[in-house]
Amino acid sequence: MTKDNSEYLISRDNNIYEIVIGLEVHAQVTSNSKLFSASSTTFGAEPNTQVSLVDAAFPGMLPVINEFCVKQAIKTGIGLKAQINKKSVFDRKNYFYADLPQGYQISQFKYPIVGEGTVILDMPNGQKEVGIERLHLEQDAGKSIHDMDPQNTLVDLNRSGVALMEIVSKPDLRTPDEVSVYVKKLRSIMRYLGTCDGNMQEGSLRADVNVSVRIKGSDKLGTRCEIKNVNSIKFMQMAINYEANRQVDLIEEGKTINQETRLFDTKKNETRSMRSKEDAHDYRYFPDPDLLPLEVTDEFIEKLKADIPELPDDKKKRFIDKFKVSPYEATILVSDMETAKYFEEVVAKMGKNQDMKLAVNWIIGELFAVLNNKNLEISESPISAKNLAKLVNLIKNGTISGKIAKTIFELMIDGDKDPQIIVEEKGLKQESDPKALEALIDKIINDNREKAIEYKQGKEKLFGFFVGQAMKVSGGKANPQLINEILKKKL
Amino acid sequence: MSEITSLTLTELVKNIKEKKISSEEATKNFIERGEKSKQLNSYITNDFSSALKNAKNFDQKPNFNLKLPGIPIAVKDLFCTSGVKTTAGSKILSNFVPTYESTVTQNIWNEGAILLGKLNCDEFAMGSSNETSFFGNVQSPIDKDLVPGGSSGGSAAALAANLTPITIGTDTGGSIRQPASFTGTVGLKPTYGSCSRYGIVAFASSLDQAGPMSKNVKDCALLHEIISTYDEKDSTSIDFKRNEYSKELTNNIKGKKIGIPKEYRVEGMPKEIEDLWVKGIEYIKDCGAKIFEISLPHTNYALPAYYIVAPAEASSNLARYDGVKYGFRSKGENLIDMYEKTRSEGFGSEVQRRIMIGTYVLSSGYYDAYYLKAQKVRKLIKNDFDEAYKKVDAILTPSTPNSAFKIGEKTNDPVSMYLNDIFTVPINLAGLPAISIPAGLDVKGYPLGLQIIGKAFDEQNILNIAYAMEEKIAFKNKITDWWIK
Repeated sequence: MTKDNSEYLISRDNNIYEIVIGLEVHAQVTSNSKLFSASSTTFGAEPNTQVSLVDAAFPGMLPVINEFCVKQAIKTGIGLKAQINKKSVFDRKNYFYADLPQGYQISQFKYPIVGEGTVILDMPNGQKEVGIERLHLEQDAGKSIHDMDPQNTLVDLNRSGVALMEIVSKPDLRTPDEVSVYVKKLRSIMRYLGTCDGNMQEGSLRADVNVSVRIKGSDKLGTRCEIKNVNSIKFMQMAINYEANRQVDLIEEGKTINQETRLFDTKKNETRSMRSKEDAHDYRYFPDPDLLPLEVTDEFIEKLKADIPELPDDKKKRFIDKFKVSPYEATILVSDMETAKYFEEVVAKMGKNQDMKLAVNWIIGELFAVLNNKNLEISESPISAKNLAKLVNLIKNGTISGKIAKTIFELMIDGDKDPQIIVEEKGLKQESDPKALEALIDKIINDNREKAIEYKQGKEKLFGFFVGQAMKVSGGKANPQLINEILKKKL
Repeated sequence: MSEITSLTLTELVKNIKEKKISSEEATKNFIERGEKSKQLNSYITNDFSSALKNAKNFDQKPNFNLKLPGIPIAVKDLFCTSGVKTTAGSKILSNFVPTYESTVTQNIWNEGAILLGKLNCDEFAMGSSNETSFFGNVQSPIDKDLVPGGSSGGSAAALAANLTPITIGTDTGGSIRQPASFTGTVGLKPTYGSCSRYGIVAFASSLDQAGPMSKNVKDCALLHEIISTYDEKDSTSIDFKRNEYSKELTNNIKGKKIGIPKEYRVEGMPKEIEDLWVKGIEYIKDCGAKIFEISLPHTNYALPAYYIVAPAEASSNLARYDGVKYGFRSKGENLIDMYEKTRSEGFGSEVQRRIMIGTYVLSSGYYDAYYLKAQKVRKLIKNDFDEAYKKVDAILTPSTPNSAFKIGEKTNDPVSMYLNDIFTVPINLAGLPAISIPAGLDVKGYPLGLQIIGKAFDEQNILNIAYAMEEKIAFKNKITDWWIK
């Protein structure tokens, strides 16, 4: 198996295979009420407390479309640079299951609300475009609970009827890494738009992964298997890896791959057949006669377009052009809207004499480490953008050294303290007076005469010793650049 | 004064408003007659004790500004009524008590009406003789062992037998008009989208429509103006300007252009139906309207298209009756077994037949050949009417190809049963309004009806034509109260 940044290939004897992946992402629409009823969508409520007569499919109950969910889907379509279909149709997807009260799911089959679009992936070796096939609106089902009662399956209908967007990609993905970047990018776009919170733990984002393999260079698609309902990026990658190798093994053994639906067992790290094509459900799709075709006007769409915030791709371009950050740094900074916002606030607070590189390093280095450790979002950062900007400025204007800055940073975490005040209170101001430093160094050389002689005789390693001593004696406050210069002169 | 129960709605309202009759007195009379008429089996559930209480309450604080002041009314058991069992004539809902009220019934309670009880109907409104009801067939008051028609058979029987002054039914392919025709009563199938479907047990969503059934056209107009309201809870409800149909009712139809579709002269139609139609044409001419021969070329395809579209929707609409959430549940080894037993035992054979037909026509590989083609036919049928309405204002046809038949006569021949709907089904497919009025009796003395079909939202026009014809026809139902000993 070879693996570099751009390729993820599977080699067997004389054959090299590539993987072809397409994703069907199910993203829960951020909305207060369900797609066709007024019930609440709050996660984690007591079972069956957010269920209306419509959600439980009582006789004579009828669905009424939630306009907000329609707006959210269109906004997402705009974010995916996709065709917005002014007319779309809700269909019934018929199947029996205990957590599907109507006996059908209302979905969009032939005429989805959003058509073809594009997502740009920032890969280490450049950008890659992934085509979007469609986005459609559909209802979520309820939840069957099999392990709470020894005899019975229990059903929780809180989720029944919650609006989902199914975003179907073209089979443009080739590696598990691309899948990871793709899902993160989708999530980022939807979070910018406020159309899906992307919370995978709560099931707000999950995916069916279509995997096939083919000899590298071939333009024919292999037989695909669909791995159902994978709910984390890591599991998606593991499932693809397992499934691609399984398929390659079958081909190498001269066997055929059956088109089928598979499940990923996260404990055993393997995929297992769920049902074959022959056993596939016949969903008997037909237009839902309880709902008229959904029609939106150009005006309606234009109004929503006007509401779209600057999205990651545009923001990234602006950051590179305006703030001269690297594409890599820009990608990280725009990955979520709050980070970008924080960064821009730091830039604004730094004022005229900015050190952008230093600011970016502090955000994606020290600050991210702290957030990670404390499991906090950047919006909950213990250090405000204003104070981080001050800290960067203190380094930039030579008031403190980078090393002292780290000490100060630690002190800032507790209560978002002003770094200027910490410098003053603790007397941490950097010593940059050449005369004072010369006196300090003279004393050190004097106290370590033997080592000074050894250095002069060629033991150059000892230079570091003298720097260390100078820092130690000065309590870390000595300006390291000046120390270097003076030491070189004096030794 | 004649008996209270034989009064028309309009007369009853007048008497109550003039305080000649109290709501309690009226209600008592209908209850007593209901008690004596058990043999008709028109009620599935009576709500007599509540009705009496409500009538007394009304009399204590009467509001005579309402359109149905203290009027007791029984309704088809397809309308969900809060706190009162609603079965849709099926075993699978035989224990189901809704916590909510259908919009149409709410509209009549808002005008002061009082619920007498729930009337028998074919199971899930699937039938033309009321013989598919889990609660047994209904006897027509016209004659012993005669069907009242269906699916609103209990409603038609109760109305003709004076067990309720007026009633509401639902019409998916003729379920109001055919039983009205069989029982000598008036029945209106409104324009699709005129009456809300919210809270009505669904049969075929794109065809179902609630409507009034009455003893005369004026009552029909009054009830229609009460039940037809725009409802945000039904996405197919249409927000159009509704008339005060009873106030605007007129028998002046001079100059109206009435079409006679040649395709409705079907092979094997009894001569007395043909004669009735000719008589109807004469009455219309007498009223000063003009007759035009028209063509509805796709009429022949309406019945087959209907028996694809309606079962298709039904197969999906009835999927919710799975024993999981409410209604009848049979014990099973596992989920699938429970589904199979519940649905095999819970649904009768006609419902099962239609679920199977519907499932079949929607399955992959057959969808295009059946469902899609039927939808195309439906469009052609609608186009036929659109074309016709460029020339005429309304269309006159017989309501049914025959008069009422005996109980059991057609139960083993579903196709012959389906043929009963041949004149009514095209109207549902096209979403148009149509009214059936009694127009005569056949040789056996059984009523026969004529159907007036209107343009969409033009209920006023067909009510006016029916009103004018009613005067000329002066129909008298021959009901002997044979079932009261």
